[in-house]
Amino acid sequence: MELLGQQIIAGLATGAIYACMALAVVMIYQAIDHLNFAQGEMAMVSTFLCWQMLQWGVPYWPAFVLTVALSFAGGVVIERVVFKPLKDAPVLSHVVVFIALFTILNSAAGFIWDFTIKPFPSPFGTGSFLGTGLLSKHQAGMIGVTLLVLTLLWAFFRFTRTGLAMRAAASNPESAQLAGIRVGWMIALGWGMAAAIGAVAGMLIAPVVFLDPNMMLSILLYGFAGAVLGGLGSPAGAVAGGFAVGVVENLAGTYIPVIGGELKLPIALVLIVAVLVVKPNGLFGRMTVQRV
Amino acid sequence: MAMETSAVRAVPPQPRGAMAADPGLWLGLAVIVALCALPFFVRNFVVFQMTMVLVYALAILGLNLLTGISGQFSLGHGAFYAIGAYTAAILMEHGGVAYFWTLPAAGLICFAAGFLFGLPALRLEGVYLALATFALAVATPQFLKLTPLERWTGGVQGIVINKPDPPFGLRLSQDQWLYFFTLAVALLLYWAARNIVASRSGRALLAIRDNPIAARSMGVDTARYKALAFGVSALYTGVAGALGAIAVQFVAPDSFTFSLSVAFFVGLVVGGVGWLPGALVGAAFAMYVPNVAEHLSKGLSGAVYGVILIALIYLMPAGAGGLVRAIGQRLTSRRTAGSATGGDRA
Repeated sequence: MELLGQQIIAGLATGAIYACMALAVVMIYQAIDHLNFAQGEMAMVSTFLCWQMLQWGVPYWPAFVLTVALSFAGGVVIERVVFKPLKDAPVLSHVVVFIALFTILNSAAGFIWDFTIKPFPSPFGTGSFLGTGLLSKHQAGMIGVTLLVLTLLWAFFRFTRTGLAMRAAASNPESAQLAGIRVGWMIALGWGMAAAIGAVAGMLIAPVVFLDPNMMLSILLYGFAGAVLGGLGSPAGAVAGGFAVGVVENLAGTYIPVIGGELKLPIALVLIVAVLVVKPNGLFGRMTVQRV
Repeated sequence: MAMETSAVRAVPPQPRGAMAADPGLWLGLAVIVALCALPFFVRNFVVFQMTMVLVYALAILGLNLLTGISGQFSLGHGAFYAIGAYTAAILMEHGGVAYFWTLPAAGLICFAAGFLFGLPALRLEGVYLALATFALAVATPQFLKLTPLERWTGGVQGIVINKPDPPFGLRLSQDQWLYFFTLAVALLLYWAARNIVASRSGRALLAIRDNPIAARSMGVDTARYKALAFGVSALYTGVAGALGAIAVQFVAPDSFTFSLSVAFFVGLVVGGVGWLPGALVGAAFAMYVPNVAEHLSKGLSGAVYGVILIALIYLMPAGAGGLVRAIGQRLTSRRTAGSATGGDRA
């Protein structure tokens, strides 16, 4: 029983990583109705930016804030430069451009910072949290930051005019446009926010998985799994889904002998397919009805 | 249907049909002749590369049957390619089966795998299907490394197989023979694909692509056709995988990563979705453009590749197929000079 408890808590700790990523995935899905396959690479580049600033001697928190700001700007720029001209292109073209972004960012990061694995500092320090030995300080901090980001997002969408405008632009672009909302800029804002959240996720994840240009692909997959589990339309659901994926992954790794350490990615696959088949809208998503 | 009848009514069918088929047919024959002649003039390594282009073309053709004809998405065809490759390698290594018999086996197994994956995928559309297949592609190498299967798959090391010798005492090098073998298989399967598209089932699939709800209300069994399309598509890709394994003489989990699926997908879009000959163009792109990118800049090859891709999407949003269609349309409208409004058939 104690083992079970420990595994669940450890699962929650890794789940925090996925929850962060899932949140970024859902943000962009809300803005553009697509899954951004380059999301992980965007987060990776942001993390490298932060690492570079730390190397230059900038203290952690200023570097953190600066990275988030730069990532936000970067996300907006990517939307404006690359995706705005393709607004009406078919989905296939979008996916190809996501892939192109993926390879560009991955190879550029490898070119600038090379492919060796780098350690990344944690702002929360090392050692165990509250001396219980269940969670490290960093893991506890990670869970805390994820929940904080979620709360901020909720407040933003619930209480600000811009948040309301973004929701309107996402749910009905034409009407929103007629009501005087600049839908194009709302989409760009969505990209920026997704990039910023991705940056936060990247900087929290890097101390755990270490920093290298390929660190994000599998994490992105888990992020997708979490987002799908929680429902692609619901930020809170995505966070819950991310935590759940972490727990499921850990429990399956502990109690199902074949899986062990080697089948972790297929778990994400099975989860995604199972959720999509059984409950396509996720646990917290709303049913979408197609109009004929 | 409605579009077809109106087009036939507007234009006298005979000349239009003949004109549309003629240049295409001649061009096709010219391409085949060129493909047959080329291996006698180039080095063995180039022949090997051309074999791989044909193999990729076959895989992309499979993907095109899925995406272009039935309108479903897949970022995970590398998985079926891997299944085909492993089927061939395991049969040759452990079963002592001759290389040509591994193709039908790979095709059948992949058909089953594709059909089974297609069943749950039926309920998924657009983005969701892309996601499920993306997960499949990312998870494939880990499946192949599974310890319980190691006895068969060779684990991380993979399996080495021998290149077949040309039969009947033909005076060809191994590479040349394999090239012609691949070419024959590819032409056969291409012919089959054309017939599938032209058949009753093909029309049903096109109807599903264009408007699933209308198709269903006209009595098309959408579920069955979509799963079948997934199966057939996987069959093509699986046969390509088997041929690829024989050509490379080696299979290992890390040859079948996400980037392979991406290569197929990119090839599909570059060649033109829904235009079957585009598979060859897309395959050439998938094979050679990464090399070109590497040539331009060693360290930044991925970035160059990405920029080329984005440029292509901007310049030719419908791929090579769209370009050919646009040129064809301009030619026909010039020849018929106003008597027809240009072909509106995709």
